[in-house]
This record gives sequence, structure tokens and C-alpha cells, in this order.
Amino acid sequence: MPTFGSFALLLALALCGYSLLAGAIALRQLATGARSRVAPERLAETARRAGIGSFIATTAAAFALVWAAFNNDFSVAYILHHSNRALPGPYKFAALWSGQEGSLLLWAWLLSAYGFVLRLRHKVDVKLTAYASAILAGVQVFFLLLLNFAAMPFSLVSGPVPQDGFGLNPLLQYPEMVIHPPMLYLGYVGFAVPFAFALGALMMRYPGEKWIHITRRWTMVTWLFLTCGIFLGAHWAYSVLGWGGYWGWDPVENASLMPWLTGTAFLHSVMMQEKRGMMKSWNVWLIFSTFLLAIFGTLLTRSGLVSSVHAFAQSSIGTWFWTFLIIVLSVCLFTFILQRDHLKAENKLESLVSRESSFLFNNLVLLAACFTVLWGTLFPVLSEYVQGNKVTVSAPFYNRVAVPIGLFLLFLTGIGPLLAWRSSSFKSIRKNFVLPCIAGLVAAIVVIACGVHPWEIFTTKDQGSFYSFIAFTLAAVVVTAISAEFLRGANVISRHTGQNLFASMVQLTRRNTRRYGGYIVHFGVVVIFIGLAGSAFNQSREEELGFKQSLNIGPYRLECQSYSQDSNPNYDTEYALLDVYRGDKKITQLAPEKRFYTASQQPSTIVANHSTLAWDLYVIYAGKNPDTGQPIIKVFLNPLVAWIWIGVGIIVFGTGVALIPNMTAALAASRNRVTAVAPAAEAVSVRGGD
Amino acid sequence: MTKLSYFGRALAVILVAVLTMGSASTAVRYNDLGHKMMCVCGCNQILIECNHLGCPDSDRMLGELRVGLAGGSSDDAILTAFQDKYGPTVLAAPMLTKFNIVAWIVPPAVLILGIAATVILVRKWRLRAAAAPAVPRATEFPAMRERIRRETQL
Repeated sequence: MPTFGSFALLLALALCGYSLLAGAIALRQLATGARSRVAPERLAETARRAGIGSFIATTAAAFALVWAAFNNDFSVAYILHHSNRALPGPYKFAALWSGQEGSLLLWAWLLSAYGFVLRLRHKVDVKLTAYASAILAGVQVFFLLLLNFAAMPFSLVSGPVPQDGFGLNPLLQYPEMVIHPPMLYLGYVGFAVPFAFALGALMMRYPGEKWIHITRRWTMVTWLFLTCGIFLGAHWAYSVLGWGGYWGWDPVENASLMPWLTGTAFLHSVMMQEKRGMMKSWNVWLIFSTFLLAIFGTLLTRSGLVSSVHAFAQSSIGTWFWTFLIIVLSVCLFTFILQRDHLKAENKLESLVSRESSFLFNNLVLLAACFTVLWGTLFPVLSEYVQGNKVTVSAPFYNRVAVPIGLFLLFLTGIGPLLAWRSSSFKSIRKNFVLPCIAGLVAAIVVIACGVHPWEIFTTKDQGSFYSFIAFTLAAVVVTAISAEFLRGANVISRHTGQNLFASMVQLTRRNTRRYGGYIVHFGVVVIFIGLAGSAFNQSREEELGFKQSLNIGPYRLECQSYSQDSNPNYDTEYALLDVYRGDKKITQLAPEKRFYTASQQPSTIVANHSTLAWDLYVIYAGKNPDTGQPIIKVFLNPLVAWIWIGVGIIVFGTGVALIPNMTAALAASRNRVTAVAPAAEAVSVRGGD
Repeated sequence: MTKLSYFGRALAVILVAVLTMGSASTAVRYNDLGHKMMCVCGCNQILIECNHLGCPDSDRMLGELRVGLAGGSSDDAILTAFQDKYGPTVLAAPMLTKFNIVAWIVPPAVLILGIAATVILVRKWRLRAAAAPAVPRATEFPAMRERIRRETQL
């Protein structure tokens, strides 16, 4: 199987190389009208088919690695280092992305899968797809070169083959790790498609904005995958790392956040290009930056440029990534300079108080947030270069610098929809802003009455209360603004159709899924902000608990019922059984664990969490007192954490809504179909539809 | 003195009073300083959040922090003492000294410059548009209709 895998990778490289070269030659011939023995159209078709073939070859290679993991083939060095006999099946599958070589293979496979779909759907626009296919083949070639010559997943161990493997990193032995990395990679890799289309459209001086329509779904789906990947990672960190938080501003976390921020900016600003023919250069650079940042993120994860808790994936392949980054940047710059006259805006901004301006400011703030994250991530390297010593840039820096930017973004989320396109009159602003402002004021009073004291930033230097106060107030403003948008439209429909308000809202959303799906996504973002704001009020306690001893935190009392240890072939475990009471009523039993994995000889925390809408009771087995043999239990009471995961669910739903075609468009399409099939029946159908 | 200046003075007094109101308790300072430093065991975690089983450093460092607080040292003195002992990487964020100030200044400066540049650019475009001769209405209508159709489609 290792030989088969290696051969498959080599074949994939050859096919991608052909796809790139033949595609480039064919497109060059088409552009210049040069003659050759083979017609350029036929050559382009062979390039497309080679690209499709590369998907099959890469799939075969990925299959070979998974096969080796399931069959405990420890002759393969990668399997030896990332699996063992006692490892449960799903984690053997997850071994594919648990190390350097395997995760690069996953990158290459997902890229080839995206390329496969793109090449199959070439009839959407044959020429543009041919350009995008060639560009994508170029990216594939890079990853396949890496896999064939720098990070070979099928390398064999030298000497006798060990009986068992070293096991999977315990931190990765958690159900979410089976889906978090693929989601994240689907996001990272997926941005290669809109990037390829954008670059291709620029190279061929594609007329109009159709390339944006073609890539809209790609971009949104990719963005959704990245969003899910980031939050699954946050949930994994919360559940596995056992420090009571979900985001530590680790360089690798930051690496995933940066393309997300620029991708979000692109999703917003691209609407201005579609609707008003503006910001063409900006959009092209946004999608270029998003792809470059996705690659840069991968470089950060693997090169050891900055220290990170994700050290399991570090190696010396940084040079390859730097080279690739420089090549991609050069191609982008060269193409942009050559074709920049093609990106001339059709309109200019006419007012600072307009929807366009709100998009522009939203973009600025998102980019400022991205820059802050990049700056914070790279400042230790810069400091070492300038001062000769490294400094740490961690949570306190981002809390002080990035959080205000995030709150400004939340503010823009609220006011954007209230502004009209082109220019808003003072009268309309006053009309639209009154209700959200009242809601914000009421929320501010309620929040203060509930015990959030923003002035503590002056007395105790506690920024948390201040930021939370602002977040809750702005959340009320944004939710009111969004609700007002829905209600205004729904009322009109309700008056005309006699439907109830909810049915009218559904119809309103179906008529313009993109706009109202977007609002639902914004609502999800607000819910996430509410969840994040809760972190300012986290409480924690750590105590040694003997049999029947108890610990109080917030409204809860935890009573230790027993503590013991157990073992299975994969790990040894120590745990405590804790009854949780609220008042006198027992509400649940929690069992925090500390595991020690036999193969890897590494410990791992299994958090016990009782989650409600108000707060999470988050319990960790911190260890055992060697003198008494009693467990040390650390408890966190983290308010509103569940809101974060609910917010992500709302974002997924909202994006799903935005991806559905508008009802009217769908109706029109069905009418067109009816016209084509049976013209006589059309009048009846339309009357019935109306 | 006008009513307005009385009001201004009163506001200034309240502001100064609020800014200089009592100092934080030791527990709050312990938590605050614990979050401003990193564990040096290599785990890359905030000192007070380090949860490694048998971590060789965090307990000792937290002990030193308690001693510092009990000794009546100021926050800055404690942070400086830790920095001297463990090196600059022990601080979770750069202090406001020398080159490190750049870390704090650049991101907000970039945002402010970006906003200022946008405002100036938009004003310039507006002035240019105002100076341009008006398009005759009859020829503008079809194009405008098409634009309205496009712009209200979303």
C-alpha cells in the first residue's frame, strides 16, 4: 500500500503538471490566436481531464494512507508516529490530518476535490473555468511537489518494523477533532477557488461581474466551512485543553482568523461591485489577500516561525511555503499592474452617510482587525529582529487592541442596514435610528441594574465590565435594527396578502434570501458577541475534595461522591464523581477525568461541563494530592458560553438561507422551463402562480 | 462664572474622583497580574490559567506573585521583577517601553489613518461629482432605471 500511495501521488503530480502546462499553452494560444498542430480548445479539454484525473489519483493516495492506518501498517513512518493498535477507529481515520505529512495530503486532496467540481461544472463559463482550472492546477502542483519531495506521507521506517505505534496525540483524541480540521481545511482550501476565478477573470479581462456570480456560492460555502472550523476549534479548546476558555490568541488560532476576516470583508464589499460597479481593485485584492493569508496561516502552523501550542505540526518546510507565497504574490501583482485599467470603477461614493460607506467602513474595520491579529502574531519576530529579544504578545494585547475594533464592527453591523444606498437624508436617519437607540438606552439601564458597572474600568482597571456593557448595549441596538428591517418588510406583505406576521416574514426572506439570510447571519454574530461578553464575569475556584466534601460556586454546590481510577488498552484514567446541587435539588452528576495515554505517554484532561443558557459549570480534575490521595478539583462558572455555540448555529442557518435562490427568481426559472416545454400551459401556470 | 463652566468644573471633579478612586483588592490584583504573565514551562499559557499536570513552574511563579503582593510592591514593580528574573517573554503583552510602544500604537493608528483616508477620498469624490456638468435627464432615465433595478434587487 505505501508503494501504491507513493505512485498515486507521483501520478497526481504528473497530471496536475500537465493540466497546468497544457491549460496555460491552450489559453495563451486562444488569447494570441497563434496556430498549432492541436487546436487550443482540444488542448484545454485534455488539461481539464488531466485535472479531473488528478482528483482520482490524490483520492487513491489519501485512501492508501487511511488504509495503512486501519491496518496498523507501522512500516509507514507516518502511521508509526500517529497511530497505534488500541486507537479507536474514528481516530485512526483522523490520523490522516494529525501530523504534518497527512494534513498536507488532506490539503491536496480537498484542493483536488474542489478542482474536480470546478472542472465538472466547466460549462458555466468554459473559458473562465479554463483559466481558473489552470491556476488551481498550479496550486495543486505546489502541494503535490511538497508531498512527493519534502513531506512524504509514505516514507518507510528504517530497520525492523515496531509491533505497535507511538499513538495519536491525546489532545487530538476527542470527537470534534474528527471534524474540526477537515472543516478548517475546507475553508482554507476553498478560498483557492474564488482566488483562481478572480485571478483568471483579471488575466482574461473578463467583462462584467459574472465571475462574482459564479463564485458567490463557492465563497459563501467556503466562508461557512471556515467559520464552522474556527468555532469547532474553539469548542475543542474549551472541552479538551481544560483552562476554562475557548480562545487563547495562539498564533495558529490567529492564522485561521485572518483569512476569515478578509473573506468576510470580501463577502460584503463584493456586493458593491455587483450593485454599483465599485471597488473592483479592492475586491480583487481582498480575495488575493484571503488566499495568501490562508497559505500564510499554513506556513505559521508548520514552519515554527512563531511558537504555538500546535507544535505537533512544526517542521522545516517553511522555505517551500515562503517560495510559494512569493510566487503567488508576484503573479498577483504582475497581473494586477498589467490589467489594472480593466478594474476602473463605474461609480464613486457619493456620501459618507450611505450604505456603500457603511460597507466601506465595515471593510476597513475588518482589515484593521486582520492587521491587528497579523501584527500581534508577528511582533515577537519583529521585536527579536529590532531589539534582539523576543516578547510575548498574548491575550492582554488583543483584549486591549482587538476587542474595541470588534465592538466598532458590531456597531457598524447595526447601523449599516439602516442607511440607504447612495445617500441617506437626515430625516430617514432620524426615523430609522430612533427605535434602535431607545433599545440601546433601555439595554444599558437594564445591564447596569443587573450589576455590570462600566465605570470599573476607572476604579479597578477592569476592562471586562466596560467592554461587556458596550457589547450588551450594542447588541440591543443591532437586534432592534435587524428586527425593524424584518418587521417593516413583513408588515407590507401582511397588509397585501392578509398573512400573519410570521408567514409574512418567511415570505419576505424567501423573496430576498441573500439580504435576509445576511441579516440572520448578523443576528448570529450578535448572539456570539453576547456570549463573548459573558467572559468578563467568569469565576473560578480550586479545592481538594475528599469523600462527601463540597465546594460552592455561584448558585451551585458540588459534592464529591467518589474518586477512583480505571484503565483500558488505550489509556489509564483518574476521575471523580461529583453531584451538583442547586439549592437542595440535585441537578446532575459530573465526572471530570485525567487520562494518561499508554502509547504516547502523555496526559490529557477530560472536562465535565454542565451547560445552560445562563452559564457553564466547567469542572476539571486538576490532579491528586500526593499526601492525601484526594482529587484536586478546579471549577469555573463561565456565563453565557452557550450563546456562542447557538450564535454559530444561527450563522450556519443564515448562510444556508442566503444560499437558497430567491423565490421570485426560482419561480421565474420554473416559468421559463414551462414556457420551453409547453407554451400553451404557460398562461395557466403563471395565473396560478400569481 | 456661567452655569456651563460650573457644570464643566463639577464634571472634571467627578472625573478625577472616579479615576483616583480606591485601589484594587489583593485578590483582584493577583488575578489581574496572573493574567498579565505567561507560564515559562513552554506551554504558552497565561500564568494563572496554566493547567499542566505537574507543571514545574506555574505553582512556584504564582507563589512568587503572592509574596510580591504581600510585600506591598506595586503592579509595575512586580512585573519588572518577573521580567528581570524570567526575561521579557514572561509578560503576556509588551510593556509600554522603548520599541514595544510600537506594538500598541500601530494597529489603532492604521485604523484611524484608514478612516481618515476614506473620509478625505469620499469628500474629494463628492466635490468632483458636484463640479461635473449635469447629465441631461432624458438620456439619464434608462440608465438610471437599470441601476435602480440592479440596486434594489438585493
